[in-house]
Amino acid sequence: MTTTLDSPRRKASAFLYRKPRLRLAMLLSAPALWLGLAYLGALAALFVTAFWHTDVFTGQVVTEWSLDNFVTLFSDAVYRTITLRTVGIAALVTVITAVIAFPMAFYMAKFASPRARRLLVIAVMTPLWASYLVKAYAWRSMLSGNGVLHWLLNPFGLDTPGYGVLATVITLSYLWLPYMILPIYAGLERLPNSLVDASGDLGARPFRTLRSVVLPVTFPAVVAGSIFTFSLSLGDYIAVKIVGGTSQMLGNVVYDNIGAANNLPFAATVATVPVVIMLAYLAAVRRTGALDNL
Amino acid sequence: MKNRKLALAGLLGAGLLVAACGTSGSNSTAAAPGGQGFTPPKLDALAQLGQLEGQVNVLAWPGYAENGSNDPAVDWVTGFEKETGCKVNVKAFGTSDEAVSLMKTGQYDVISASGDASLRLIASGDVEPVNTALVPNYADVFDFLKNRPWNSVNNVSYGVPHGWGANLLTWRTDKVSPAPTSWSVMFDANSPYKGKISAYDSPIYIADAALYLQTHKPELGIKNPYALDDKQFQAAVDLLKQQRPMVGEYWSDYLKESQALKSGDAVVGTAWQVTVNLTKSEGAPVESVLPSEGATGWSDTWMVSAKSPHKTCSYKWLNHIVSPKANAQVAEYFGESPSNPKACAETKNKAHCDTYHAGDAAYAAKIHYWTTPITQCLDGRTDVKCKDYGEWTRAWTEIKG
Repeated sequence: MTTTLDSPRRKASAFLYRKPRLRLAMLLSAPALWLGLAYLGALAALFVTAFWHTDVFTGQVVTEWSLDNFVTLFSDAVYRTITLRTVGIAALVTVITAVIAFPMAFYMAKFASPRARRLLVIAVMTPLWASYLVKAYAWRSMLSGNGVLHWLLNPFGLDTPGYGVLATVITLSYLWLPYMILPIYAGLERLPNSLVDASGDLGARPFRTLRSVVLPVTFPAVVAGSIFTFSLSLGDYIAVKIVGGTSQMLGNVVYDNIGAANNLPFAATVATVPVVIMLAYLAAVRRTGALDNL
Repeated sequence: MKNRKLALAGLLGAGLLVAACGTSGSNSTAAAPGGQGFTPPKLDALAQLGQLEGQVNVLAWPGYAENGSNDPAVDWVTGFEKETGCKVNVKAFGTSDEAVSLMKTGQYDVISASGDASLRLIASGDVEPVNTALVPNYADVFDFLKNRPWNSVNNVSYGVPHGWGANLLTWRTDKVSPAPTSWSVMFDANSPYKGKISAYDSPIYIADAALYLQTHKPELGIKNPYALDDKQFQAAVDLLKQQRPMVGEYWSDYLKESQALKSGDAVVGTAWQVTVNLTKSEGAPVESVLPSEGATGWSDTWMVSAKSPHKTCSYKWLNHIVSPKANAQVAEYFGESPSNPKACAETKNKAHCDTYHAGDAAYAAKIHYWTTPITQCLDGRTDVKCKDYGEWTRAWTEIKG
């Protein structure tokens, strides 16, 4: 027995037991390195690059500090238009997914049998297992001038919206819907049935219960879902390239500036716009308590 | 960087620019090769071939380096690999701009560069001069393709001419009549095909508008669609802004355009011959024409990376790709004119070289080959400054809105 007490393993653990700070440092060093270097470091590098510029002919980055990129960003009307369009699309996608997701999540959490609930959760997750590109291209052929939507709507005197902003909103809503359903479902599951019953016992009609009990309790969950749909839409450039017709979003400007113009600094400048928008959005929703729900 | 800019300005003052007649048809015969008004970094061409390195990393336009993986019948890479022992790793790019970005990584040994990329690659020192004596098949290449402003500087060759073709006007024969012969169907504000127009998604497309204005607004005095001063540039940008609401979508992926033509979402557009061939082969009734105004186009050059560790395999590849057999296969598969006259005897379709006007210098002169726009006007004007590619790029974002 004495041998085990003196074994190096034992000694090491005794040593660590006496030094709680060292213990903590070892436990957190890997995630801290990841967060600090790979994550925040990359963001910092991005921000620094935004102040440089490129030699237009050779395309090499010139590391001289200037605010020129930001001046261009704020003075050219086109970037304002694109920013507004992007935020508009992201907001619309968020509202649409929330409206569709809420009843779905409500049924899953409160009415479905355990078996049906499991099947529904799987059904909601299934699209996440398929490739983004396949789904976006599927919408391209559905929205096409002689596609499924045209065929379905034509008898009613309607037609497919064709490629454009509306098509982008539809496609993105489809793509991000699971990211909205799942947080709301999780939030509703935590809502005790007794609260709903109590509301009914006190004479509230179903609508009143929904408005005064269910919605306030699940609102943070909706906001949590909106963070996903909003930020994912804000950064998207592929769906809009596939079904967006001639319109472009912030992501396309970033992509074009790297892919076409080889202008990494200006792309970095444009990329700070969604970061700033997201920070403002997060600051706004922090008050709702949604972040505690993530 | 500053020094290079100064050097540029200095050279401009020295009047080197007279030589830079660029690519416009009427001037090209008088153009002294190279003189683009800039000094490329001093790099030496390979003096002699060494040991084969066992591999070569190829950066190519889609359809330029087929190894049978897309279509088992289309393969001019496997034979080369067996013969030389150089394994060929192919990366395809979608646009010249993408190619320039990829080339900067230094991971590629050879590239099939179009004229709107080649000067940028030369100026930044990403590619080096090519010792054409080490490429035996170079001797056969049409003379009118050698030492042109986009593949040489000051008479130093930077690569091996590959093939050339035009950005054609394409339309659905069942939806568009009469058959168009002018770019008007795409640019005229009253075009009946509003919303069904497909245009190329790249800043270089501004040259297509400039080319249209060259014929339709002669008072602007555009001589070369890649050399535009403030007024001419603004006119081209305005034309494209007017065109934008009529455009159904912009394409940079030729497969996406082919699909749009097939489904009828696009009925008229600018396309490559390969797009037309592909769409036709899938059953859609499309036709193409070189319109009366002429067209923009490409004349591609195989270039060697300055950082390449596989130079001997690279030179073997350069020699292989312009060999009669391989050159014929690429030209037929992609739909362009070969650069080697001997390739005409090797094509499956014996009419290929006639169809694509191979060796027809006069026809080739009607095509305004993609060239990188720079501040020094490529049409030889020294009294004004032209818009450079950076400004073209910014304008393109603005046009798309």
